Amino acid sequence: MSDWRPGAPLSVQRQRATLLAELRQYFHRLGVMEVETPLLCQYGVTDPGLDNFAVVCGDGERWLQTSPEYAMKRLLAAGSGDIFQICKAFRSGELGQRHNPEYTLLEWYRLGVDHYDLLHQVGELVCGLLGRAGWQVWPWRTLVQHVLGSDIERATHRELEQLALAQVGDIPPALDREALLDLLVSHCVEPALAKWGVVFVVDYPLPQAALARRVQGPDGEALGARFECYVDGLELANGYWECGDADELALRFESDNLLREQRGLPCRPVDQRLLAALRSGLPDCSGVALGVDRLLALQSASPDLDGVLAFNWNRS
Amino acid sequence: MANFSTNEFKPGLKVMLDGEPCSIMENEYVKPGKGQAFNRVKLRNLRSGRVWERTFKSGDTLEGADVMDVELEYSYTDGEFFYFMDPVSYDQHAAGSEAVGETQKWLKEQEKYEVTLYNGAPITVTPPNFIELEITETDPGLKGDTAQGGSKPATLTTGAVVRVPLFISQGEIIRIDTRTGEYVSRASKS
Repeated sequence: MSDWRPGAPLSVQRQRATLLAELRQYFHRLGVMEVETPLLCQYGVTDPGLDNFAVVCGDGERWLQTSPEYAMKRLLAAGSGDIFQICKAFRSGELGQRHNPEYTLLEWYRLGVDHYDLLHQVGELVCGLLGRAGWQVWPWRTLVQHVLGSDIERATHRELEQLALAQVGDIPPALDREALLDLLVSHCVEPALAKWGVVFVVDYPLPQAALARRVQGPDGEALGARFECYVDGLELANGYWECGDADELALRFESDNLLREQRGLPCRPVDQRLLAALRSGLPDCSGVALGVDRLLALQSASPDLDGVLAFNWNRS
Repeated sequence: MANFSTNEFKPGLKVMLDGEPCSIMENEYVKPGKGQAFNRVKLRNLRSGRVWERTFKSGDTLEGADVMDVELEYSYTDGEFFYFMDPVSYDQHAAGSEAVGETQKWLKEQEKYEVTLYNGAPITVTPPNFIELEITETDPGLKGDTAQGGSKPATLTTGAVVRVPLFISQGEIIRIDTRTGEYVSRASKS
Protein backbone atom coordinates (compact mmCIF):
# COMPACT_ATOMS: atom_id res chain seq x y z
CA MET A 1 0.00 0.00 0.00
CA SER A 2 1.81 3.10 -1.24
CA ASP A 3 -1.03 5.57 -0.71
CA TRP A 4 -0.10 6.10 2.94
CA ARG A 5 2.06 8.89 1.52
CA PRO A 6 0.68 12.42 1.09
CA GLY A 7 -0.78 13.05 -2.35
CA ALA A 8 0.39 16.65 -2.48
CA PRO A 9 4.07 17.66 -2.29
CA LEU A 10 5.49 18.77 1.08
CA SER A 11 6.46 22.09 -0.54
CA VAL A 12 2.72 22.80 -0.93
CA GLN A 13 2.16 21.81 2.73
CA ARG A 14 4.75 24.43 3.71
CA GLN A 15 2.95 26.91 1.45
CA ARG A 16 -0.29 26.07 3.29
CA ALA A 17 1.33 26.72 6.66
CA THR A 18 2.61 30.11 5.44
CA LEU A 19 -0.79 31.00 3.97
CA LEU A 20 -2.63 30.15 7.22
CA ALA A 21 -0.16 32.25 9.21
CA GLU A 22 -0.57 35.18 6.79
CA LEU A 23 -4.35 34.99 6.95
CA ARG A 24 -4.29 35.02 10.77
CA GLN A 25 -1.86 37.97 10.79
CA TYR A 26 -4.10 39.86 8.37
CA PHE A 27 -7.10 39.56 10.67
CA HIS A 28 -5.14 40.20 13.86
CA ARG A 29 -3.84 43.44 12.35
CA LEU A 30 -7.42 44.48 11.54
CA GLY A 31 -8.52 43.63 15.07
CA VAL A 32 -10.82 40.84 13.93
CA MET A 33 -11.12 38.16 16.61
CA GLU A 34 -10.48 34.51 15.83
CA VAL A 35 -13.27 32.20 17.06
CA GLU A 36 -14.13 28.52 17.11
CA THR A 37 -17.58 26.98 16.81
CA PRO A 38 -18.75 23.33 16.78
CA LEU A 39 -18.22 21.14 13.73
CA LEU A 40 -20.88 18.68 14.94
CA CYS A 41 -24.15 20.56 15.21
CA GLN A 42 -27.70 19.76 16.26
CA TYR A 43 -29.11 21.31 13.08
CA GLY A 44 -28.18 20.88 9.44
CA VAL A 45 -29.02 23.29 6.61
CA THR A 46 -32.18 23.50 4.51
CA ASP A 47 -30.35 24.68 1.35
CA PRO A 48 -31.38 22.08 -1.30
CA GLY A 49 -27.93 22.34 -2.89
CA LEU A 50 -26.15 21.23 0.29
CA ASP A 51 -26.15 17.85 1.98
CA ASN A 52 -24.90 17.52 5.56
CA PHE A 53 -23.17 14.37 6.72
CA ALA A 54 -25.24 12.83 9.51
CA VAL A 55 -23.27 11.43 12.43
CA VAL A 56 -24.74 9.00 14.93
CA CYS A 57 -23.85 10.24 18.38
CA GLY A 58 -24.61 8.74 21.77
CA ASP A 59 -27.50 11.14 22.36
CA GLY A 60 -28.95 11.11 18.83
CA GLU A 61 -28.07 12.29 15.36
CA ARG A 62 -25.87 15.31 14.70
CA TRP A 63 -24.74 17.04 11.55
CA LEU A 64 -21.27 17.92 10.37
CA GLN A 65 -21.52 21.61 9.51
CA THR A 66 -21.47 22.69 5.85
CA SER A 67 -20.13 26.07 7.05
CA PRO A 68 -19.77 27.80 10.44
CA GLU A 69 -22.21 30.52 9.35
CA TYR A 70 -25.09 29.87 11.77
CA ALA A 71 -22.89 29.54 14.84
CA MET A 72 -20.88 32.64 13.93
CA LYS A 73 -24.09 34.64 13.53
CA ARG A 74 -25.10 33.56 17.02
CA LEU A 75 -21.78 34.99 18.25
CA LEU A 76 -22.41 38.23 16.32
CA ALA A 77 -25.88 38.51 17.84
CA ALA A 78 -24.31 37.97 21.26
CA GLY A 79 -22.07 41.02 20.66
CA SER A 80 -18.77 39.46 19.53
CA GLY A 81 -17.91 42.25 17.10
CA ASP A 82 -15.78 41.48 14.01
CA ILE A 83 -14.87 37.78 13.92
CA PHE A 84 -13.12 35.24 11.71
CA GLN A 85 -12.72 31.49 11.73
CA ILE A 86 -10.56 29.00 9.86
CA CYS A 87 -12.15 25.57 10.15
CA LYS A 88 -13.12 22.39 8.37
CA ALA A 89 -16.48 22.24 6.60
CA PHE A 90 -18.16 19.13 5.21
CA ARG A 91 -20.41 18.64 2.20
CA SER A 92 -21.61 15.15 1.43
CA GLY A 93 -21.27 14.05 -2.20
CA GLU A 94 -19.14 17.01 -3.30
CA LEU A 95 -16.20 15.19 -4.83
CA GLY A 96 -14.40 16.25 -7.98
CA GLN A 97 -11.43 18.17 -9.31
CA ARG A 98 -12.53 21.30 -7.45
CA HIS A 99 -14.37 19.66 -4.58
CA ASN A 100 -13.44 17.52 -1.60
CA PRO A 101 -16.23 16.56 0.81
CA GLU A 102 -14.04 17.77 3.72
CA TYR A 103 -12.32 21.09 3.16
CA THR A 104 -10.90 24.16 4.86
CA LEU A 105 -12.99 27.29 4.99
CA LEU A 106 -12.11 30.82 6.04
CA GLU A 107 -15.19 32.74 7.10
CA TRP A 108 -15.31 36.28 8.45
CA TYR A 109 -17.78 39.02 9.38
CA ARG A 110 -17.31 42.78 9.49
CA LEU A 111 -19.74 45.05 11.30
CA GLY A 112 -21.21 48.15 9.68
CA VAL A 113 -20.15 47.33 6.10
CA ASP A 114 -22.28 46.39 3.11
CA HIS A 115 -21.45 43.71 0.54
CA TYR A 116 -19.69 46.21 -1.74
CA ASP A 117 -17.32 47.26 1.07
CA LEU A 118 -16.64 43.64 1.92
CA LEU A 119 -16.17 42.76 -1.77
CA HIS A 120 -13.48 45.42 -1.89
CA GLN A 121 -11.72 43.94 1.16
CA VAL A 122 -11.87 40.44 -0.37
CA GLY A 123 -10.50 41.81 -3.65
CA GLU A 124 -7.52 43.43 -1.92
CA LEU A 125 -6.77 40.35 0.19
CA VAL A 126 -7.04 37.92 -2.74
CA CYS A 127 -5.11 40.12 -5.17
CA GLY A 128 -2.39 40.63 -2.55
CA LEU A 129 -2.04 36.89 -1.86
CA LEU A 130 -2.15 35.89 -5.53
CA GLY A 131 -0.18 38.81 -6.97
CA ARG A 132 -3.06 40.00 -9.17
CA ALA A 133 -3.43 43.59 -10.31
CA GLY A 134 -7.17 44.13 -9.83
CA TRP A 135 -10.66 42.82 -10.39
CA GLN A 136 -13.84 43.24 -12.39
CA VAL A 137 -17.36 43.51 -10.98
CA TRP A 138 -20.30 42.14 -12.98
CA PRO A 139 -23.99 42.12 -12.06
CA TRP A 140 -25.23 38.52 -12.39
CA ARG A 141 -27.84 39.28 -15.01
CA THR A 142 -25.48 41.33 -17.21
CA LEU A 143 -22.79 38.66 -17.00
CA VAL A 144 -25.14 35.82 -17.93
CA GLN A 145 -26.55 37.84 -20.80
CA HIS A 146 -23.04 38.70 -21.98
CA VAL A 147 -21.89 35.05 -21.99
CA LEU A 148 -25.07 33.34 -23.22
CA GLY A 149 -26.30 36.08 -25.50
CA SER A 150 -29.80 36.04 -24.07
CA ASP A 151 -31.55 37.50 -21.05
CA ILE A 152 -32.34 34.35 -19.10
CA GLU A 153 -33.90 36.26 -16.24
CA ARG A 154 -36.95 36.89 -18.43
CA ALA A 155 -36.94 33.52 -20.22
CA THR A 156 -39.81 31.08 -19.70
CA HIS A 157 -39.13 27.58 -18.42
CA ARG A 158 -39.48 26.20 -21.96
CA GLU A 159 -37.04 28.79 -23.38
CA LEU A 160 -34.51 28.00 -20.66
CA GLU A 161 -34.79 24.31 -21.48
CA GLN A 162 -34.19 25.02 -25.18
CA LEU A 163 -31.20 27.19 -24.35
CA ALA A 164 -29.71 24.53 -22.06
CA LEU A 165 -30.21 21.88 -24.75
CA ALA A 166 -28.48 24.07 -27.32
CA GLN A 167 -25.60 25.02 -25.01
CA VAL A 168 -25.00 21.82 -23.04
CA GLY A 169 -26.30 19.14 -25.40
CA ASP A 170 -27.75 16.34 -23.35
CA ILE A 171 -29.54 17.56 -20.20
CA PRO A 172 -31.23 15.64 -17.38
CA PRO A 173 -35.02 15.43 -17.65
CA ALA A 174 -37.51 17.51 -15.64
CA LEU A 175 -35.19 20.19 -14.27
CA ASP A 176 -36.93 23.01 -12.40
CA ARG A 177 -36.17 26.65 -13.24
CA GLU A 178 -33.48 27.04 -10.56
CA ALA A 179 -31.75 23.83 -11.64
CA LEU A 180 -31.76 24.97 -15.30
CA LEU A 181 -30.13 28.26 -14.28
CA ASP A 182 -27.54 26.34 -12.24
CA LEU A 183 -26.88 24.10 -15.25
CA LEU A 184 -26.30 27.07 -17.56
CA VAL A 185 -24.14 28.93 -15.03
CA SER A 186 -21.95 25.93 -14.15
CA HIS A 187 -21.58 24.66 -17.71
CA CYS A 188 -21.31 27.93 -19.67
CA VAL A 189 -20.83 31.03 -17.53
CA GLU A 190 -18.22 29.80 -15.03
CA PRO A 191 -16.00 28.23 -17.74
CA ALA A 192 -16.14 31.56 -19.64
CA LEU A 193 -14.57 33.30 -16.62
CA ALA A 194 -11.44 31.12 -16.84
CA LYS A 195 -9.52 33.83 -18.70
CA TRP A 196 -10.92 36.84 -16.87
CA GLY A 197 -8.68 36.85 -13.80
CA VAL A 198 -10.40 38.05 -10.62
CA VAL A 199 -14.14 38.57 -11.16
CA PHE A 200 -16.85 39.49 -8.66
CA VAL A 201 -20.42 38.64 -9.56
CA VAL A 202 -22.98 40.75 -7.67
CA ASP A 203 -26.73 41.45 -7.52
CA TYR A 204 -28.10 37.92 -7.58
CA PRO A 205 -31.74 37.20 -8.45
CA LEU A 206 -33.78 36.86 -5.27
CA PRO A 207 -34.22 33.04 -5.45
CA GLN A 208 -30.42 32.82 -5.31
CA ALA A 209 -30.06 35.31 -2.48
CA ALA A 210 -29.44 32.51 0.07
CA LEU A 211 -28.90 34.40 3.35
CA ALA A 212 -28.24 37.81 1.80
CA ARG A 213 -30.56 40.72 2.51
CA ARG A 214 -33.01 41.89 -0.12
CA VAL A 215 -32.04 45.11 -1.90
CA GLN A 216 -33.55 47.13 -4.74
CA GLY A 217 -31.88 46.92 -8.14
CA PRO A 218 -31.48 49.87 -10.54
CA ASP A 219 -34.82 49.03 -12.20
CA GLY A 220 -36.58 48.62 -8.89
CA GLU A 221 -36.32 44.81 -9.00
CA ALA A 222 -35.64 42.87 -5.80
CA LEU A 223 -32.10 41.45 -5.66
CA GLY A 224 -29.98 39.53 -3.19
CA ALA A 225 -27.08 41.54 -1.72
CA ARG A 226 -24.72 38.68 -2.47
CA PHE A 227 -21.37 38.41 -4.25
CA GLU A 228 -19.27 35.57 -5.54
CA CYS A 229 -15.54 35.88 -6.20
CA TYR A 230 -14.05 33.90 -9.07
CA VAL A 231 -10.37 33.65 -9.88
CA ASP A 232 -9.56 32.23 -13.33
CA GLY A 233 -13.04 30.68 -13.38
CA LEU A 234 -12.62 29.00 -9.99
CA GLU A 235 -15.24 30.00 -7.44
CA LEU A 236 -13.29 31.17 -4.41
CA ALA A 237 -15.59 33.12 -2.08
CA ASN A 238 -19.26 33.81 -1.46
CA GLY A 239 -20.39 36.81 0.56
CA TYR A 240 -23.56 38.52 1.79
CA TRP A 241 -24.70 41.75 3.28
CA GLU A 242 -26.42 39.68 5.91
CA CYS A 243 -30.15 39.43 6.21
CA GLY A 244 -30.97 39.88 9.87
CA ASP A 245 -34.71 39.50 9.45
CA ALA A 246 -35.63 36.26 11.22
CA ASP A 247 -39.10 36.12 9.67
CA GLU A 248 -37.79 36.54 6.14
CA LEU A 249 -35.13 33.88 6.67
CA ALA A 250 -37.69 31.54 8.21
CA LEU A 251 -39.73 31.92 5.00
CA ARG A 252 -36.66 31.21 2.85
CA PHE A 253 -35.86 28.08 4.90
CA GLU A 254 -39.45 26.98 4.43
CA SER A 255 -39.28 27.43 0.65
CA ASP A 256 -35.92 25.56 0.69
CA ASN A 257 -37.71 22.63 2.26
CA LEU A 258 -40.51 22.92 -0.26
CA LEU A 259 -37.97 22.71 -3.11
CA ARG A 260 -36.35 19.76 -1.32
CA GLU A 261 -39.71 18.04 -1.25
CA GLN A 262 -40.28 18.71 -4.98
CA ARG A 263 -36.84 17.30 -5.75
CA GLY A 264 -37.45 14.22 -3.63
CA LEU A 265 -34.85 15.23 -1.05
CA PRO A 266 -35.36 14.86 2.72
CA CYS A 267 -36.53 18.03 4.51
CA ARG A 268 -34.25 19.48 7.17
CA PRO A 269 -35.40 20.98 10.46
CA VAL A 270 -34.77 24.73 10.72
CA ASP A 271 -32.09 25.87 13.19
CA GLN A 272 -34.23 27.46 15.88
CA ARG A 273 -31.24 28.81 17.80
CA LEU A 274 -30.17 30.78 14.73
CA LEU A 275 -33.65 32.29 14.37
CA ALA A 276 -33.75 33.10 18.08
CA ALA A 277 -30.38 34.84 17.80
CA LEU A 278 -31.58 36.90 14.83
CA ARG A 279 -34.74 37.84 16.74
CA SER A 280 -32.62 39.15 19.56
CA GLY A 281 -30.82 41.29 16.95
CA LEU A 282 -28.03 40.73 14.44
CA PRO A 283 -25.80 43.80 14.07
CA ASP A 284 -25.61 45.32 10.58
CA CYS A 285 -22.80 43.29 9.02
CA SER A 286 -21.46 41.53 5.96
CA GLY A 287 -19.84 38.12 5.90
CA VAL A 288 -17.94 35.98 3.46
CA ALA A 289 -16.71 32.40 3.22
CA LEU A 290 -13.55 31.63 1.25
CA GLY A 291 -12.23 28.22 0.21
CA VAL A 292 -8.70 27.96 1.58
CA ASP A 293 -7.79 24.82 -0.38
CA ARG A 294 -8.82 26.54 -3.59
CA LEU A 295 -6.84 29.65 -2.66
CA LEU A 296 -3.80 27.42 -2.11
CA ALA A 297 -4.44 25.67 -5.44
CA LEU A 298 -4.35 29.05 -7.18
CA GLN A 299 -1.24 30.10 -5.25
CA SER A 300 0.61 26.89 -6.07
CA ALA A 301 -0.76 26.68 -9.64
CA SER A 302 -2.30 23.24 -8.95
CA PRO A 303 -4.87 22.22 -11.55
CA ASP A 304 -7.01 20.50 -8.91
CA LEU A 305 -7.48 20.16 -5.15
CA ASP A 306 -5.62 16.84 -5.07
CA GLY A 307 -2.50 18.90 -5.65
CA VAL A 308 -2.91 20.75 -2.34
CA LEU A 309 -4.49 18.19 0.00
CA ALA A 310 -2.02 16.06 1.95
CA PHE A 311 -4.62 13.32 2.14
CA ASN A 312 -7.60 13.73 -0.15
CA TRP A 313 -10.91 11.85 0.16
CA ASN A 314 -9.44 8.67 -1.31
CA ARG A 315 -6.29 8.74 0.83
CA SER A 316 -7.88 9.83 4.10
CA MET B 1 -28.80 -5.47 -9.74
CA ALA B 2 -27.94 -2.73 -7.30
CA ASN B 3 -28.40 0.94 -8.14
CA PHE B 4 -25.42 3.26 -8.22
CA SER B 5 -25.52 6.97 -7.45
CA THR B 6 -23.46 9.52 -9.42
CA ASN B 7 -20.89 9.74 -6.63
CA GLU B 8 -20.23 6.02 -7.03
CA PHE B 9 -19.57 6.39 -10.77
CA LYS B 10 -15.93 5.30 -10.97
CA PRO B 11 -14.13 4.40 -14.20
CA GLY B 12 -14.88 0.79 -15.06
CA LEU B 13 -18.25 0.64 -13.26
CA LYS B 14 -20.83 -1.13 -15.45
CA VAL B 15 -24.30 0.43 -15.57
CA MET B 16 -27.47 0.30 -17.66
CA LEU B 17 -28.32 3.40 -19.71
CA ASP B 18 -31.20 3.52 -22.23
CA GLY B 19 -31.39 -0.27 -21.97
CA GLU B 20 -27.76 -0.73 -22.97
CA PRO B 21 -24.89 -2.03 -20.83
CA CYS B 22 -22.25 0.68 -20.48
CA SER B 23 -18.92 1.13 -18.79
CA ILE B 24 -18.15 4.44 -17.05
CA MET B 25 -15.07 6.12 -18.51
CA GLU B 26 -15.01 9.54 -16.85
CA ASN B 27 -17.11 11.33 -14.25
CA GLU B 28 -16.74 15.07 -13.73
CA TYR B 29 -18.50 16.78 -10.82
CA VAL B 30 -19.72 20.31 -11.65
CA LYS B 31 -21.37 22.67 -9.20
CA PRO B 32 -22.08 26.39 -9.38
CA GLY B 33 -21.19 28.46 -6.32
CA LYS B 34 -24.50 27.55 -4.77
CA GLY B 35 -27.25 25.40 -6.14
CA GLN B 36 -27.79 22.18 -8.01
CA ALA B 37 -24.73 20.02 -8.71
CA PHE B 38 -24.32 17.95 -11.86
CA ASN B 39 -22.15 15.11 -13.07
CA ARG B 40 -20.88 15.06 -16.63
CA VAL B 41 -20.30 11.44 -17.42
CA LYS B 42 -18.59 9.68 -20.33
CA LEU B 43 -19.75 6.11 -20.86
CA ARG B 44 -18.85 3.46 -23.40
CA ASN B 45 -21.73 1.44 -24.77
CA LEU B 46 -20.32 -2.06 -24.35
CA ARG B 47 -22.34 -3.47 -27.22
CA SER B 48 -21.56 -0.89 -29.90
CA GLY B 49 -18.33 0.52 -28.50
CA ARG B 50 -19.73 4.05 -28.96
CA VAL B 51 -18.92 6.71 -26.38
CA TRP B 52 -21.83 8.61 -24.87
CA GLU B 53 -21.63 11.87 -22.94
CA ARG B 54 -24.44 12.51 -20.49
CA THR B 55 -25.24 15.07 -17.82
CA PHE B 56 -26.88 13.84 -14.61
CA LYS B 57 -28.17 15.64 -11.56
CA SER B 58 -25.84 14.71 -8.73
CA GLY B 59 -27.42 11.96 -6.70
CA ASP B 60 -29.28 10.46 -9.68
CA THR B 61 -28.89 6.72 -9.93
CA LEU B 62 -28.41 4.13 -12.66
CA GLU B 63 -29.02 0.43 -12.39
CA GLY B 64 -25.90 -1.70 -12.36
CA ALA B 65 -25.35 -3.89 -15.41
CA ASP B 66 -24.80 -7.61 -15.01
CA VAL B 67 -21.52 -7.49 -16.87
CA MET B 68 -18.49 -9.66 -16.22
CA ASP B 69 -15.12 -9.96 -17.93
CA VAL B 70 -13.91 -13.58 -18.11
CA GLU B 71 -10.99 -15.31 -19.74
CA LEU B 72 -12.20 -18.06 -22.09
CA GLU B 73 -10.57 -20.43 -24.57
CA TYR B 74 -11.72 -20.36 -28.15
CA SER B 75 -12.91 -23.81 -29.28
CA TYR B 76 -14.54 -23.76 -32.72
CA THR B 77 -17.20 -22.22 -34.93
CA ASP B 78 -20.19 -23.90 -36.54
CA GLY B 79 -20.46 -21.09 -39.07
CA GLU B 80 -23.10 -19.23 -37.08
CA PHE B 81 -21.67 -19.08 -33.57
CA PHE B 82 -18.20 -19.02 -32.12
CA TYR B 83 -17.79 -21.29 -29.11
CA PHE B 84 -15.63 -20.38 -26.15
CA MET B 85 -14.92 -22.57 -23.14
CA ASP B 86 -14.19 -21.74 -19.52
CA PRO B 87 -10.90 -23.61 -18.88
CA VAL B 88 -11.84 -24.20 -15.24
CA SER B 89 -15.53 -25.11 -15.31
CA TYR B 90 -15.60 -26.29 -18.95
CA ASP B 91 -18.78 -24.19 -19.43
CA GLN B 92 -19.35 -23.29 -23.06
CA HIS B 93 -20.41 -19.85 -24.29
CA ALA B 94 -21.67 -19.20 -27.81
CA ALA B 95 -20.80 -15.77 -29.21
CA GLY B 96 -22.52 -14.33 -32.27
CA SER B 97 -20.55 -12.59 -35.00
CA GLU B 98 -21.65 -9.18 -33.63
CA ALA B 99 -19.93 -9.94 -30.32
CA VAL B 100 -16.82 -11.32 -31.98
CA GLY B 101 -16.60 -8.50 -34.52
CA GLU B 102 -13.09 -7.66 -35.75
CA THR B 103 -11.60 -10.23 -33.37
CA GLN B 104 -12.76 -12.94 -35.79
CA LYS B 105 -9.54 -12.55 -37.77
CA TRP B 106 -7.47 -13.30 -34.65
CA LEU B 107 -9.38 -16.38 -33.47
CA LYS B 108 -7.14 -19.35 -32.81
CA GLU B 109 -8.11 -22.60 -31.15
CA GLN B 110 -7.02 -23.06 -27.52
CA GLU B 111 -5.99 -19.37 -27.34
CA LYS B 112 -7.37 -17.37 -24.39
CA TYR B 113 -9.62 -14.32 -25.05
CA GLU B 114 -11.16 -11.78 -22.76
CA VAL B 115 -14.90 -12.18 -23.17
CA THR B 116 -17.38 -9.68 -21.73
CA LEU B 117 -20.54 -11.41 -20.61
CA TYR B 118 -23.78 -9.44 -20.30
CA ASN B 119 -26.52 -11.37 -18.50
CA GLY B 120 -24.33 -14.41 -19.05
CA ALA B 121 -24.02 -14.02 -22.85
CA PRO B 122 -20.89 -12.76 -24.67
CA ILE B 123 -21.15 -9.20 -26.01
CA THR B 124 -17.51 -8.50 -26.83
CA VAL B 125 -14.44 -10.65 -27.41
CA THR B 126 -11.01 -9.06 -27.00
CA PRO B 127 -7.93 -10.84 -28.35
CA PRO B 128 -4.60 -10.98 -26.50
CA ASN B 129 -2.27 -8.12 -27.52
CA PHE B 130 0.04 -10.53 -29.35
CA ILE B 131 -0.89 -13.68 -31.17
CA GLU B 132 1.08 -16.24 -33.19
CA LEU B 133 -0.44 -17.50 -36.44
CA GLU B 134 0.70 -19.57 -39.41
CA ILE B 135 1.00 -18.16 -42.92
CA THR B 136 -1.07 -20.15 -45.42
CA GLU B 137 -0.24 -18.09 -48.46
CA THR B 138 2.36 -15.55 -49.53
CA ASP B 139 4.58 -14.94 -52.55
CA PRO B 140 7.89 -16.81 -52.34
CA GLY B 141 10.59 -14.79 -50.62
CA LEU B 142 13.92 -14.01 -52.26
CA LYS B 143 17.01 -15.56 -50.69
CA GLY B 144 19.31 -13.05 -49.13
CA ASP B 145 16.61 -10.46 -48.48
CA THR B 146 17.00 -8.61 -45.18
CA ALA B 147 14.56 -6.99 -42.84
CA GLN B 148 14.99 -3.62 -44.56
CA GLY B 149 13.81 -4.94 -47.86
CA GLY B 150 10.17 -3.85 -48.01
CA SER B 151 7.07 -5.96 -47.45
CA LYS B 152 4.41 -8.14 -49.07
CA PRO B 153 0.94 -9.36 -48.11
CA ALA B 154 0.54 -12.71 -46.34
CA THR B 155 -2.67 -14.61 -45.62
CA LEU B 156 -2.94 -16.33 -42.23
CA THR B 157 -4.85 -19.45 -41.16
CA THR B 158 -7.63 -17.22 -39.85
CA GLY B 159 -8.05 -15.50 -43.23
CA ALA B 160 -6.50 -12.27 -41.98
CA VAL B 161 -4.05 -10.56 -44.33
CA VAL B 162 -1.01 -8.80 -42.83
CA ARG B 163 2.09 -7.24 -44.37
CA VAL B 164 5.26 -9.19 -43.69
CA PRO B 165 8.94 -8.71 -44.67
CA LEU B 166 9.97 -10.27 -48.00
CA PHE B 167 12.12 -13.00 -46.36
CA ILE B 168 9.09 -14.60 -44.64
CA SER B 169 7.74 -17.66 -46.43
CA GLN B 170 4.59 -19.77 -46.53
CA GLY B 171 4.16 -22.15 -43.57
CA GLU B 172 6.06 -19.97 -41.16
CA ILE B 173 4.53 -18.85 -37.86
CA ILE B 174 4.64 -15.13 -37.16
CA ARG B 175 3.85 -12.94 -34.16
CA ILE B 176 1.29 -10.14 -34.72
CA ASP B 177 0.21 -7.18 -32.60
CA THR B 178 -3.60 -7.49 -32.65
CA ARG B 179 -4.06 -3.83 -31.64
CA THR B 180 -2.42 -2.57 -34.83
CA GLY B 181 -2.69 -5.67 -37.01
CA GLU B 182 1.05 -5.43 -37.69
CA TYR B 183 3.74 -8.09 -38.03
CA VAL B 184 6.11 -8.10 -35.03
CA SER B 185 8.55 -10.96 -35.58
CA ARG B 186 9.06 -14.55 -36.62
CA ALA B 187 7.89 -16.98 -33.98
CA SER B 188 9.89 -20.11 -33.36
CA LYS B 189 7.99 -23.20 -34.45
CA SER B 190 7.25 -25.25 -31.41
